[in-house]
Amino acid sequence: MTIDTESRRHLNVPCPFCNLLCDDLVIENRKGKLKVSQHGCHLAKKQFEQEQPGVTPRIGKKDCTLEDATRAAAKILKRSKQALIGGLGTDVNGARAALQLTEKASAIIDHMHSDAAFRNLDVMQNHGWVMTTMAEIKNRADLIIFAGTDANTNYPRFFERVIYPNDSLVNANKKNRQIVYIGENLNIAPAKKAGGKQPINLECRQDKIGEVTSTIHAIAAGQEIVKHAIGSITLAQLKELTELIQQAKYGVIVWAPGELNFPYAELTVQSISELVKYLNRTTRFSGFTLGGNEGGMTANQVTAWQSGYPSRVSFAKGYPEYDPYRFSAWQLLRNKEIDALLWISSFSAPIEIARPRIPTIVLAAPSIRINFTPDIFIPVSTPGINHVGQIIRTDSVVSLKLRKIQESQHPSVSEVLNQITNQYR
Amino acid sequence: MLIKLSGGIVYDPANGINGKRQDIYVRDGRIIDKPVAGSKIDKTYNIAGKVVMAGAIDIHTHIGGGKVNIARIMLPEDHRHDSVRKTSITRSGCGHAAPSTLTTGYRYTEMGYTACFEPAMLPINARQAHMEMADTPIVDKGAYVLLGNDDYFLRMLAGRKDQAAISDYVAWTIQASQALGIKVVNPGGISAFKFNQRKLDLDETNVYYNVTPREILKSLAKAVHDLGVPHPLHVHGCNLGVPGNLRTTLDTIKSIEGLPMHLTHIQFHSYGTEGDRNFSSGAAQIAEAVNKNKNISIDVGQILFGQTVTASGDTMRQYDGHWHAHPKKWVMMDIECDAGCGVVPFQYQDKSFVNALQWAIGLELFLLVDDPWRIFLTTDHPNGAPFTTYPHLIRLLMDRSFRNDMLSTVNKAAAKSSILASLDREYSLYEIAIMTRAAPARSLGLRDRGHLGSGAAADITVYTEHKNKERMFAKPDYVFKDGELVAKSGKVVKITKGSTHTLRPEYDKGIEKSLNTYFDRYMSIKLENFKLQDDEIIELGSGDIIIQPCN
Repeated sequence: MTIDTESRRHLNVPCPFCNLLCDDLVIENRKGKLKVSQHGCHLAKKQFEQEQPGVTPRIGKKDCTLEDATRAAAKILKRSKQALIGGLGTDVNGARAALQLTEKASAIIDHMHSDAAFRNLDVMQNHGWVMTTMAEIKNRADLIIFAGTDANTNYPRFFERVIYPNDSLVNANKKNRQIVYIGENLNIAPAKKAGGKQPINLECRQDKIGEVTSTIHAIAAGQEIVKHAIGSITLAQLKELTELIQQAKYGVIVWAPGELNFPYAELTVQSISELVKYLNRTTRFSGFTLGGNEGGMTANQVTAWQSGYPSRVSFAKGYPEYDPYRFSAWQLLRNKEIDALLWISSFSAPIEIARPRIPTIVLAAPSIRINFTPDIFIPVSTPGINHVGQIIRTDSVVSLKLRKIQESQHPSVSEVLNQITNQYR
Repeated sequence: MLIKLSGGIVYDPANGINGKRQDIYVRDGRIIDKPVAGSKIDKTYNIAGKVVMAGAIDIHTHIGGGKVNIARIMLPEDHRHDSVRKTSITRSGCGHAAPSTLTTGYRYTEMGYTACFEPAMLPINARQAHMEMADTPIVDKGAYVLLGNDDYFLRMLAGRKDQAAISDYVAWTIQASQALGIKVVNPGGISAFKFNQRKLDLDETNVYYNVTPREILKSLAKAVHDLGVPHPLHVHGCNLGVPGNLRTTLDTIKSIEGLPMHLTHIQFHSYGTEGDRNFSSGAAQIAEAVNKNKNISIDVGQILFGQTVTASGDTMRQYDGHWHAHPKKWVMMDIECDAGCGVVPFQYQDKSFVNALQWAIGLELFLLVDDPWRIFLTTDHPNGAPFTTYPHLIRLLMDRSFRNDMLSTVNKAAAKSSILASLDREYSLYEIAIMTRAAPARSLGLRDRGHLGSGAAADITVYTEHKNKERMFAKPDYVFKDGELVAKSGKVVKITKGSTHTLRPEYDKGIEKSLNTYFDRYMSIKLENFKLQDDEIIELGSGDIIIQPCN
């Protein structure tokens, strides 16, 4: 089937530029130029509407063919003793192709946002958790606590789609929803403006959130608390909140691991998760996490079903070896423990790597900023704009088919990676 | 390409063949009658005296979808004991309780299995389940889609919508999710748990929707029947794992009033409350009811001792089970007004009274149910044990003295309270062929699978008969998938993709209007984007789709 992608109006277009994956965008293609005419947030508008320069692959500063570039890339990987396939800003088929190449090249694989993802994964792998998804919050939640995130800044349509929708199945009076914020520099305006119950705002440093949730856990468990305050939050406030939490019929606590950007933030996630687990002894309460942008959740899921592990996997020994500390991409780069790098960014993330000083191969959408000149640069098209694909949402449950709404001269990530892999045969 | 398998002893129950020496001919992936004299045979396999069966079919195995991937991610320590190296043709991965998709495909093939069915695909997670199945090589696959806890269906039932509308919705869901059947898990109970209900028996009502599991089961079983879906409603009943649930299970059999129904992992639903520990076997009563009610089929969900992980849509029961998590970690999720999932690692111990009795109850069921056409061999992988234990399980069924040896090693009180030692039955090869091939194919409506008659797909397994049946079934000599030799001496020798089996029951397209409104108002994605399209399996998943006919 061929679809004329020129000059037409596309309805219900899924957007891959944050991991809420809104899928109601209306996008006009006018002679190849895209315009988001409805339902696009500023992130969507910026990414869909920008023009991708038509460029060719390059070896150093010299233009070359795709075949030359993939052959040279394979040569670099074959020569290396320990390569890293990183970035992984791509769709399901891109992640599949990356895993196959990583295995062939006996390399290490990791996603650019793994530091954030592992604040969650560490907790999930060691203690487990109780979680929920977007439609459940939309239809059931009567209490929503934002811990260290306002959701709104990085996920512009979260409130519109999930917190204050026009309809909900069970919790019919959406204005009765109680919103609570815990953390610093959070934009509480969306909850204030909604016209329902006024939000409760407990300000504290991000790295104090874990102490707040642990204290609530202790109060709920009937422990005597000797401390009178955490920062400016008083014990009385915490006791009041604990009561609200225990009375809630379907409470949810939302966090974004990428916004808990301080050492040992996994302990904060653990404190939140253990509180949620405890509350389920008597009522229903769930966690919800915002993250996995730039194909992060997709990379974690595909890596998990193909290798057994979510990310940070080495194939150097011929089988998947998992080590969330040793095989962190950023750490490998910092410690100079790799001798070749292939980095993928086909959505929107700029590539900033401090002086790699090793052979580098970059697959990126042409508009993406790179802070160094890679040895091999291969422009790629973007899933959801230039080719169909699949992608997995922040809650790890819902996935969507991405559409092709604009022609591109550039190949997809999976096409390029498969060409490199084929050089091994 | 014409292939001859020469001189094998054939067990093909679908065609009434019980251990007859017979040549088998395969042309272009299909089994054919003996070709005319003088036809050029491209390849002959001399399998004189070896046992030949159709490729085995696993009717209930959790191989793909969100909860399986949660299990994989949560258990790195389990994978480390079973890392799988790449070879010149196979990819690397990991095995044991929650194996990688690639390893799953290889290991099933190496055991002579050629088709596996994922029994609990959430509609909203169907896309990912199919992605994972696409990455499960060689074997055919398919999935039963979960209904009965979704708010849309419960609203219909609560609103007394007519049965025809419910059938339309069921058919629509099968098509939209590319499914082969319908599964219901703890009918209404997953939804009830979202309203903080902790228990739901057959005639208790969901506090919000005011409907009972009995009503849900009847409505779904009727829809499945009316639509001509070949596989009966696949039921994971109420009260899984609860001592005394034997009563619920018997009531459930009665409640369906003669409609076809498949009760899955029935071992977990066959518990009495007798004895000092208020936990006893209900296998005899359950088997009696199954023997009597020809509309009922079951699979066992046998447990075997060791570490595994339980992954289920039944959040209500999994929450209760989390106190026994081993190691101590567990995941629970409410999912998209569709259902939920709970993943709890578990270690079955032979010295534990309860675990040893569970083991015995499963075996009692196998041995007390008369008709192998209505009982299928499963461990509810990975819930009772990983699927790689099947050869051991087959030996337990075929070898009474081995079974009794094993019984003498388990918890003494449990062994004493079980009637297992008194059961003399030993399964024959013919019965094993029914239970693992012919019967599942018939139950699923796969007319050209599970048998070796002319026109069947050439999914064939060849074994060397051995006194030790575990050894025999662990490493078949040859496995053919669609006529291609894919495994030899228990090792994969060729990678193929395997097909996805689906159904396309007819329904009134008018239903999309109200569904569209529902999606717009309450769900988090658009109806248009919810539907899993053929090209996602065919092009993005590099697979193919086989549409099975409805009755």
